[in-house]
Amino acid sequence: MMLEVEGLDSHYGRIPALRGIDLHVGEGELVALVGANGAGKTTLLRALSGVQPVSAGRVRFEGADITAAAADRRVQLGIVQVPEGRQVFGPLSVEDNLRLGAYLRSRAEAALGIERVYAMFPALKQKRREPAGTLSGGQQQMLAMGRGLMALPKLLLLDEPSMGLAPKLVEEIFACVRALKTASTTIFLVDQNARAALAVADRAYVLETGRVVLSGSGAELLEDEQVKEAYLGL
Amino acid sequence: MSAQFMQYLLTGLTVGAIYALVALGFSIIFNASHVINFAQGEFVMIGGMTTVTLTAAGLPYLLAIPLAIAAAALVGLALEKFAVEPARGASVITLIIITIGASIFLRGLAMVIWDKRFHALKPFTGDTPIAIGGATVLPQSLWVIGVTLAIVLALSWFFGRTLLGKAMLATSHNRLAAQLVGINVRMVLFLSFGLSAALGAVAGILIAPITTTSYDVGVMLGLKGFASAILGGLGSGVGAVVGGLVLGIAETMSAGYISSAYKDAIAFVIILAVLFFMPSGLFGKRGSERV
Repeated sequence: MMLEVEGLDSHYGRIPALRGIDLHVGEGELVALVGANGAGKTTLLRALSGVQPVSAGRVRFEGADITAAAADRRVQLGIVQVPEGRQVFGPLSVEDNLRLGAYLRSRAEAALGIERVYAMFPALKQKRREPAGTLSGGQQQMLAMGRGLMALPKLLLLDEPSMGLAPKLVEEIFACVRALKTASTTIFLVDQNARAALAVADRAYVLETGRVVLSGSGAELLEDEQVKEAYLGL
Repeated sequence: MSAQFMQYLLTGLTVGAIYALVALGFSIIFNASHVINFAQGEFVMIGGMTTVTLTAAGLPYLLAIPLAIAAAALVGLALEKFAVEPARGASVITLIIITIGASIFLRGLAMVIWDKRFHALKPFTGDTPIAIGGATVLPQSLWVIGVTLAIVLALSWFFGRTLLGKAMLATSHNRLAAQLVGINVRMVLFLSFGLSAALGAVAGILIAPITTTSYDVGVMLGLKGFASAILGGLGSGVGAVVGGLVLGIAETMSAGYISSAYKDAIAFVIILAVLFFMPSGLFGKRGSERV
């Protein structure tokens, strides 16, 4: 099992954000997490990346307990997050953003990674010298994905990769997610676009007010009456 | 250009270069933590006073200066480790108050370790004035300007070309994203304090042969450096340098043409004017840019 989460709790001050989260992600799986705004999806991903404190429970990665590991240690191990809202380093160039993605990787790995990202997103290569802040929203999302891939993720955490993008770009992003899955990257995907996320996922969890309330294969959940009503608008 | 004007300009550049170094220290720590480190002036004092002690003990400049810079850097690192780091998670205001406390503590400690007298350092290379365009300039002034220039170039190389420098910049722009690419942001803050302290110490050593040094020399130099950083835009490297030079020149010009009594007031007038009319300074980021 690549990632195992047991009884995870997290709080913002005294307000609980996650309560007793149990879930797992197997090697090579694409697992989706759906839920309404404020359900705790982003909090969960941040807790997995070690940038949100947890108050109870444990997280295991490839069998090792990483509940107390620092954020940079987790990146080193291969847990890499592409955060919500892209969060590119605005004033730095596109290429510097990518290079920093491989901050904990060797020079050779970084050079190889940059070529791979440029092959995947040719638009970024054209803009390599421009400040990342001047890119369009879609290009910034590609840059954020590219920066994540630079860290050579074993487990890629994608937080709302299609948020705020035009439909055509959403398709492009999901095509990229499928391509990554084909290349056997393990992916944990959070997306407000529940239909697209469930369609592409092997399995999925439904999060409501900080709890996992439902889980199953992507196809099962797409057919689930509750899910249909709450998240698919049917 | 009159000889008098030239004279004021050269003096202003010398003083301004020192302010620029202090301002760079403010900006580097501000970038890493959004904290204004009011102990920055104390690093200036530690640099100068340690050099005084080491040279008095018979060490040549070539040895005394690097040791003094290292001593100040160690104090900076210790300040981060034992005063700022334990308050991790506290508000920025709390951290700023901690630095004010640290500055009072360090000044008191310096008074106990050394004394309350003024100490002069020998100029690095003699004190025969050099004539430039009708004005005269001390060799030490050239040292001040030259070393500052070299440091500015080295810093722009560091932040523009090295991975660690870019990681420090990235941390200041987006701390969360920096953590998510694996940058140890606590280490960045730690390094920032060391680097800022070293810069402050260099300023203190360079200026000591011209203005002498004492346990409380950091109060005024710290404030002037702070004014320069505000003028240039807190967090901007270019701003710190330009702000320092502008403030230095404005001070000597007003001392020369108006009255030296108002020299120190200039810095405070500048702080007030900038805060009223241009809060982000000459080169600062305008407002918040979070999307």
